[in-house]
Amino acid sequence: MSDALYLRNGTLLQPASDQQMPGDLLVVHGLVRAMHKGESGALDEEARQCAAEIIDCTGLTVAPGLIDAHVHLREPGQTHKETIATGTSAAAAGGFTTVVAMPNTTPVTDSVKWLRFVQAPERCAAVRVLAMPAATVGSMGQELTDYEALQKAGAVGFTDDGKPVLEDNVMRAALVAAARLGLPISQHAEDTRLTAGASMNAGPVSFRLGLRGMTVEAESGIVERDIRLLEEIEQTERLRPHLHVQHVSTAKALHAIRDAKARGLHVTCEVSPHHIALTDEAIAGEAMQGSVRYDTRFKMNPPLRSAEDRDACIAALLDGTADIIATDHAPHAAWEKNVEFERAPNGIVGLETALGVALRVLQGKHGLSLGRTLALFTSNAAAVLGLRDLGAIATGAPADLVVFDPGAAYRYDVGTSVSRSRNTPFHGAPMLGRIDFTIAGGRVVFRR
Amino acid sequence: MSFAVASPAAATHSGSLLSIQDISVPQVRDLLVLATKLETMPHRERIAILDGRKVALLFYESSTRTRTSFELAAKSLGAMTTLVSDKSSSIEKGESLHDTGVTLRALGAECIILRSNYSGASELLARSTGLPVLNAGDGMHEHPSQALLDLRTMLEWFGTEAEVGETSLQGKAVVITGDIRHSRVARSNALLLGRLGAQVVLCGPKALLPQEALQLAPGIQMERDFDRALTKADVVMMLRIQRERLVGLDLDATEYAVGYQLNERRLQQFAPKALVMHPGPMVRGLEIDSAVADGSQSRIERQVTHGLAVRMALLHRAFISSAPEDLPAA
Repeated sequence: MSDALYLRNGTLLQPASDQQMPGDLLVVHGLVRAMHKGESGALDEEARQCAAEIIDCTGLTVAPGLIDAHVHLREPGQTHKETIATGTSAAAAGGFTTVVAMPNTTPVTDSVKWLRFVQAPERCAAVRVLAMPAATVGSMGQELTDYEALQKAGAVGFTDDGKPVLEDNVMRAALVAAARLGLPISQHAEDTRLTAGASMNAGPVSFRLGLRGMTVEAESGIVERDIRLLEEIEQTERLRPHLHVQHVSTAKALHAIRDAKARGLHVTCEVSPHHIALTDEAIAGEAMQGSVRYDTRFKMNPPLRSAEDRDACIAALLDGTADIIATDHAPHAAWEKNVEFERAPNGIVGLETALGVALRVLQGKHGLSLGRTLALFTSNAAAVLGLRDLGAIATGAPADLVVFDPGAAYRYDVGTSVSRSRNTPFHGAPMLGRIDFTIAGGRVVFRR
Repeated sequence: MSFAVASPAAATHSGSLLSIQDISVPQVRDLLVLATKLETMPHRERIAILDGRKVALLFYESSTRTRTSFELAAKSLGAMTTLVSDKSSSIEKGESLHDTGVTLRALGAECIILRSNYSGASELLARSTGLPVLNAGDGMHEHPSQALLDLRTMLEWFGTEAEVGETSLQGKAVVITGDIRHSRVARSNALLLGRLGAQVVLCGPKALLPQEALQLAPGIQMERDFDRALTKADVVMMLRIQRERLVGLDLDATEYAVGYQLNERRLQQFAPKALVMHPGPMVRGLEIDSAVADGSQSRIERQVTHGLAVRMALLHRAFISSAPEDLPAA
């Protein structure tokens, strides 16, 4: 097989500039060799010489491969839920060419040894796997890991995801240490002192269902605290720390982030697809959202919130307060989820439904342009993660591309999933935009 | 690779009672008519109804009246019963509710009565087994058979048993007092009684009665002052107070009793004609004093007796139907 691909007669999409134009792309040796804008055909001869496989992109959009700043690939140690091979196959099926693995594995990815394990070729990743190793040893929230060594081994940031860095002084030290290396601290913003025993959003629905709720303040309180730390560090240490807030789910936390950005602090944040598509009413069983009562496929942390918070998440993506969409892809085995709601693990899979949900909600319902919607998965994500050569289509850059039909409407069938787990709330849900090809490093890693 | 685990969206058996919201007012009427018929039926006829059928009682929490009443109800209809409790079964070894339910089904159980400390557990069991499941209390969520027996107690007190419908409790105020936050009894009653015309008034301190309780059902009122609530009460339903919960919420038990205990003085002064109820177990001297619990306005024992009749009707519904005409002719 030749290692050349010729993406012919598609619509090239540059998310950063929100521009679309007809064109052809020639990919050779994993890089974009040539880009032709305009009427198709100018690269035909060169493609023939390279013996390139021709991918007919007529009627399809060619965009930079999607980047997911937040996935759980469950390796090492939890391979009954997912492996790096299966998780990255799901990524490819969802149009992602780069994913950032979270460190809450068994053991915790908190050392160079385990970071190398995650990134080793033996894991057979279908797409690029970057990693954010633990911010503290064992993610216990006490002692910082070796940031310098981890950065040299490829870390793109540090996080104790699944748990917050709770202690003020530890979070401060983490922000300072990461700022010296130019990397973000990615925070799971949850004041776990306020959420013990809670399994869903606090409010009328949790009251009715007799479930203990997580308050909005448990999220916003940590965000506000972290922003205070940022400000104080900027003033006293002459550093510019980067706080990335994971999966923001509340209007109150988004308000704090909007305000911090306006004051010039380096805060970025992500919103997850489920938080713009679903509400906590789903847990009471709602045909509209495709759920039954106490449906553990709708249990994740942060939890589904009220309609007001959902709308605030959408508004934040529309106005730029939220920089990116990240899936928080969190596979769990069916038997682990098939227990009482309060005992079920948090998390849902999300890689294969992210673009379909985002396009349906943001473009379909709220009129965000295709380019700006894609930017939330590409150029913005590359900027948040400091990945200079990703997130745009460029000659000489890695050939990470997604070819999709942005107008295709369909219902998601979890039976088609290539993840090892099936814990999705979106089985049967309407999607907009269907992936036809995913090309990672010049290789076709998914074709419909 | 196989993913052959029951889909969480699997259907539940229509003979189940998981939430009081799942039955309509006409179905409530049928159940209460059925309860009366079963209660008055000759023993020999009654035990033929579920002769040889198998009912499993799966109890993850200790219980006296609910368990015994379901068990006696099943036996009164001729069914065989078996009790599985968390203390003496594989539940102790960590067997999941799903696996326990499927095991009981494999042993021939045709209906499972579940008491669990987890809200929504009966929903899971009903989906896992496909059997009729009767919710005998799930966490802080619901206790639907309690709401039905409470309703029967009220209707008897008011003498309106004969005409169960949307106006049966019209003009009657039911004051539910105490730890609403943690009470499945309060939730089921609040969700049922309004549909029969009652004015439901919730009463308790903020820590035990958060504002969002108002959104439980349309028309619910809240009154934090117990004395004031009593002045409008036709029914006073007291809830058990668990001392350890008061400690967790920084409430002083003595202070609580000053504000919310139903005692003789209060009852005589503010609600001398009201029906007094308590789902049990009572903590005498905390939420209710003995003179009231044993007094002439109390129907706490009748509640227990009504429980037996209502649960016979629920078992009949689980196995056969809720229509009284489906009873064998006398």
